[in-house]
Amino acid sequence: MDFTLKIWRQENATAKGRFETYPVSGISADCSFLEMLDILNQRLINKFEKPVCFDHDCREGICGACSLYINGRPHGPDSAVTACQLHMRKFKDGDTITVEPWRAKPFPVIKDLVVDRSAFDKIIAAGGYISVNTGGVPDANTIPVRRADAEIAMDAAACIGCGACVAACKNASAMLFVAAKVSQFSMLPQGRPEAKERVLKMVAKMDELGFGNCTNTGACEAECPKQISISHIARLNREYLSAKIL
Amino acid sequence: MTKLNARIPEGPLAEKWTNYKAGQKLVNPANKRKLDIIVVGTGLAGASAAASLGELGFNVKAFCYQDSPRRAHSIAAQGGINAAKNYPNDGDSVHRLFYDTIKGGDYRSREANVYRLAEVSGSIIDQCVAQGVPFAREYGGLLDNRSFGGAQVSRTFYARGQTGQQLLLGAYSAMMRQVNTGMVKLYPRTEMLDIVIVDGKARGIITRNLATGKIERHFGHAVVIATGGYGRAFFLSTNAMGSNGSASWQVYKKGAFFANPSFVQIHPTCIPVHGDYQSKLTLMSESLRNDGRIWVPKKKEDVEALRSGRIKPKDIAEDDRDYYLERRYPAFGNLVPRDVASRAAKERCDEGFGVGSGLAVYLDFAESIERLGKHVIEERYGNLFQMYEKIVDDNPYETPMMIYPAIHYCMGGTWVDYELMTTIPGLFSIGECNFSDHGANRLGASALMQGLADGYFILPYTIQNYLAAEILTPRMPTSLPEFVETEDRIRERLNRLMQIKGSQSVDQIHRKFGLLLWELVGMARNRKGLEKAIREFASLREEFWREARITGGLDEMNPELEEASRVADFIETGELMARDALQREESCGGHFREEYQTPEGEANRNDEKFMFVGAWEYTGTGQEPVLHKETLNYESIKVQTRNYKI
Repeated sequence: MDFTLKIWRQENATAKGRFETYPVSGISADCSFLEMLDILNQRLINKFEKPVCFDHDCREGICGACSLYINGRPHGPDSAVTACQLHMRKFKDGDTITVEPWRAKPFPVIKDLVVDRSAFDKIIAAGGYISVNTGGVPDANTIPVRRADAEIAMDAAACIGCGACVAACKNASAMLFVAAKVSQFSMLPQGRPEAKERVLKMVAKMDELGFGNCTNTGACEAECPKQISISHIARLNREYLSAKIL
Repeated sequence: MTKLNARIPEGPLAEKWTNYKAGQKLVNPANKRKLDIIVVGTGLAGASAAASLGELGFNVKAFCYQDSPRRAHSIAAQGGINAAKNYPNDGDSVHRLFYDTIKGGDYRSREANVYRLAEVSGSIIDQCVAQGVPFAREYGGLLDNRSFGGAQVSRTFYARGQTGQQLLLGAYSAMMRQVNTGMVKLYPRTEMLDIVIVDGKARGIITRNLATGKIERHFGHAVVIATGGYGRAFFLSTNAMGSNGSASWQVYKKGAFFANPSFVQIHPTCIPVHGDYQSKLTLMSESLRNDGRIWVPKKKEDVEALRSGRIKPKDIAEDDRDYYLERRYPAFGNLVPRDVASRAAKERCDEGFGVGSGLAVYLDFAESIERLGKHVIEERYGNLFQMYEKIVDDNPYETPMMIYPAIHYCMGGTWVDYELMTTIPGLFSIGECNFSDHGANRLGASALMQGLADGYFILPYTIQNYLAAEILTPRMPTSLPEFVETEDRIRERLNRLMQIKGSQSVDQIHRKFGLLLWELVGMARNRKGLEKAIREFASLREEFWREARITGGLDEMNPELEEASRVADFIETGELMARDALQREESCGGHFREEYQTPEGEANRNDEKFMFVGAWEYTGTGQEPVLHKETLNYESIKVQTRNYKI
């Protein structure tokens, strides 16, 4: 297959970026999107040009490093996958494909398609945990959890922290990311003792870092590679309100 | 010559750890504040260690090459974590988990370490549940278990097919809590380039900031490496693209012995290679072997018909299918250990019964779907089936999966004593990075167990026994000549890399090397091939330093430079792997020497001559390293030939 790639190139955080056009040809339909970029990069290196920088690591859709905005959609046109699991068979021969980094103020560009997502780590550090030290915890089976609740907690916990929700949101809101963590712990008895503090601290940190508000557009859910539901945002709102009022 | 001393505590096996803890030195809270610990790597072992050490009151600096510690490759572990809880009442115990691990490792691991691992396994589950890890549960609300290879009990705890992710996020969250209190300082996008040794002790590291290219010096009273395995040396593996063996290679070159480098695990169930542009192989969890049956056709004409697309797998009659694992190993069937399953797949494919491209076998769920219903299979493995479908573009609920073995895990690694300390005082190695617990073959769901055991429950104790003598050592300025010299050498190496400006990309050289490594030091090895490997890798090393082409600059984000440095280390590691495989004239676990097999094609171990850990001492690039032997003594179990048949 042949494609025309329009890729965002930016030397560093302060430099002005621009789109560069690169034709690529002879790509197998079974090639993943990142392998297609590998092929492009090999060709650039052969010409002594700088390869395109992009974040990637596990290449099996779980580490959350992928952060490519492809044809106006986080992780591209396929549903429920990250860019590393997107395959070229999802495109048509001859397509022009635009590749950009995540666009959100709290995620500044470092280089080309690489952005700084450390804001997510800061939100977790603010309260995304259950405060237990190593050792001195009860036997695991002394804490029964209703199976249905454990399943909801797991649905939420599946978040890979890629930031597609923020990139998809017109407000650059991190509500789905925060909701996934708050929801996971709110469904588990272990998480209840500090539920109030957790939700207040995480939301405050999210606001402080410059993420926008949620206006219920639902773009985050539509683009989430792990299909995390916005019903978790509803649960976050409930947790937040009760923490504020009670 | 340095002598190996594993420093195993006295006393009966079951009491060693208790005795050790009772007699070890501790550091009091006021002194903990004065001590700095460097932890390199934030996977299960690194993150759990950093969190636990921070909670205790030490000053921790945690480093990872990823943009966030949450992305360390432990995240990709799918199937589960073992623990001797015996919740299902099926006869499990600490002793049985210990025994299965020793046996699964083909009697090449250290008894005392493995027993301790089994002993703390239950606490790991308690810890993770308290942290809010959403393990799978029964309808009564209690924890569910499943079976894994090499065991006849169900002792594997799991969170769908994402157990590694959930455990890592638990450890990561615990660490971030310490980041919030200021006890852990985090250095993401930072790679360790060398270790600094002052007066014979590990005292710091030199790093490169991968976002800016800045070289930095860091001091620590002790250094812990938790940087995983070197499996990506093979180019194609289930490891992440950034996974590398450079930290363990650098410390090897500084005097830490490297143990059993040839013990590499080849995982039987991975998605087969499908093109020369491919960047990595994807694992399909071993848990699938609970409900999937592995087979190839019995008749060559069926193989031909399948390959040409004239028939589909389901057209082959039951009698014409060879469920070769069930045939060869009736007692364990599809749940034999990984090394056995991998070799059996290779044997069938080598005999011409492979499907797909010829290097694949079927993993078939038709019977389980009929027995349990599609919804049960979906509940158990839904995300794995989805992943398979996205990659292969085929529906595994209807057509059997095609799988083939791939490089997955390194049992070999830095040599450590009972305290997880290397032969460099003050340098510790934990998780996949060390060699200690899995012998010549790791059982499924035991990597997660070992990583967390080391980080939560072992290192936080043993490191204090070392640090207790360091409480009077003040923090050292990084302007010391040892830091300056190490940094200078690193800069020199990086400059040399940038100046090669050769004709081949790093990727090209890595692919070439990886293929050779797979062919000569892969699933089956022999003297001739290994001798060839040593010669070839030496010349490939020279070729690399002559021909590698690295674009970009030093003082910027430059993935090509990162990769070049890692590949240079991989090529040298490959040479040591070949040497180790050559000296080990026996077949055991993942190490299969063609000259040493039984008439039935099973591994032929030689306990008389090779019941030892091979620990290598560096003597210079291109020089022959020195082999030290740690004899393995089994006091509590009878050493037997592994038998998964009856």
